Amino acid sequence: MNVYLIAMDSWYIVEKLILIGALIGLSFFIAMYTTLAERKIAGWMQDRLGPNRAGPFGIFQPLADGGKLFFKEEITPVSSNRFLFLLGPALAMIVALITSTVIPWGAAYVGETRTVALQVADVDMGILIVFGIVSVGVYGIMIGGWASNNKFSLIAAIRGASQMVSYELPMGLSLIAVLFMTGSLKMSAMVEYQMQHGWNVLYQPLGFLIFFVCALAECNRTPFDLPEAENELNFGYHQEYSSMKLGFYLFAEYINMFVSSAVMATLFFGGYDIPFFDESAWQGSALVLSTLTFAVMMAKVSFFLFLFIWIRWTIPRFRYDQLMNLGWKKLIPLALINMLISAALLLFLNK
Amino acid sequence: MQLTQRAKSVDRSPLTWLESIYLWNILKGMAITLRHMFMKKATIQYPEQQRSFSKVFRGLHVLNRDEAGRENCTACGLCAVACPAEAITMEAAERQTGEEHLYREEKYAAKYEINMLRCIFCGLCEEACPKDAIYLSQTVAPANYARKGFIYSKNELLIPHPITEREAYVKALGDRQPAHSTNPVK
Repeated sequence: MNVYLIAMDSWYIVEKLILIGALIGLSFFIAMYTTLAERKIAGWMQDRLGPNRAGPFGIFQPLADGGKLFFKEEITPVSSNRFLFLLGPALAMIVALITSTVIPWGAAYVGETRTVALQVADVDMGILIVFGIVSVGVYGIMIGGWASNNKFSLIAAIRGASQMVSYELPMGLSLIAVLFMTGSLKMSAMVEYQMQHGWNVLYQPLGFLIFFVCALAECNRTPFDLPEAENELNFGYHQEYSSMKLGFYLFAEYINMFVSSAVMATLFFGGYDIPFFDESAWQGSALVLSTLTFAVMMAKVSFFLFLFIWIRWTIPRFRYDQLMNLGWKKLIPLALINMLISAALLLFLNK
Repeated sequence: MQLTQRAKSVDRSPLTWLESIYLWNILKGMAITLRHMFMKKATIQYPEQQRSFSKVFRGLHVLNRDEAGRENCTACGLCAVACPAEAITMEAAERQTGEEHLYREEKYAAKYEINMLRCIFCGLCEEACPKDAIYLSQTVAPANYARKGFIYSKNELLIPHPITEREAYVKALGDRQPAHSTNPVK
């Protein structure tokens, strides 16, 4: 009996280790190809073709870009703080990778002897962990900007910090309305709730809109890319960075995009739920169902990634006062009203 | 004062609350970019596809030959005089007996050089030439690693032989069909 349990546990660890490895690989893969998609879509929207020389349709372009970054000379400014200078991009990358652990990527594979959940950790406070780790992400920017010992970088770091703090508030408030409905912080429970009751975006369109705008701000994406404002701050917090340290910052941004797309898909668009189809009625093999649900999840994520890119190549950057006005004077009141109305409605309907 | 009928006055009234969340205008902008995604692309895939030059394009110089393949140039030096950038140098020589198949007239250019770094491709040499011996083709001067590579000698400038290298000759002529036999052959 005991031997069986130990065997069970070691398998459990192996299974989780494989999942973690797959997740990191997936994050890097998606981030790489988001850079290609970004450049391609930017090209199309500007009546160009985009990169198409490295391999068919330019599919090896990210490899070429990554290789270039690896072989570039690494420069550390003389008067920078060396330890913090290294910590900045490392922190940005680590934080970006950690968040994906609590997201359910597909329906659990139910085998004859064991069930394998496509989720590294199904913790009770799932979404709070995402929030907690994402807010650590701002330290990557702040430390990097500070350690560079450069005024532009410092201004950018401060901007980034204030922007993140300002936009986490409406993000959390819009999330509360969702939590009223699902009644759980657990990511898997949220997906199950949406499978039964329909996607949250149908009941919380305003909440989703606020959440989406805040996600843009949290990822430092246009129109909220003030920390790396190319034309006014010379690339801001990563101005002094070169080689793979710069690559880590840029990659972390794309991984953040990927993870926040996954979070939005999970919270508002039913996660891995296949639309107009009841998963519990599935008769075929469990492996196919897991693969299908994973594919659906990736389709939703891809849609959000496209939305991110689409917005980036449409609108210019906000001015700093516009950013703050939008955050504090528009989004927070809207999110509060949304929260109050949904609370009142839920109370009324439950009676 | 109204300068044009199409002038629009700028609306400087403060944004209404709905305008100040920017949403509607952002959606309008996104519709525009989405439309552009499916429009015809302006890109020309350079090495494979090339834009055709205009008929009056003034590119790299060519020293012309007549139908029998004899060099037109008589080294009169009018092109060098006309050249505002002073890019052309030449040395004249006298045709010996037995060289009639090489040069059309008694005098020819033994040395003929154009410095492409000095040249401004104005085409005045072509206009000055009384013998239809030089014209500007529809190609550009290719890049080079050294300055001396841009000083084109006579060998590089001469058009391919019209009889022995017919294809290359026609290609080098391009859209320019020089007016043949305006100068009687002596």
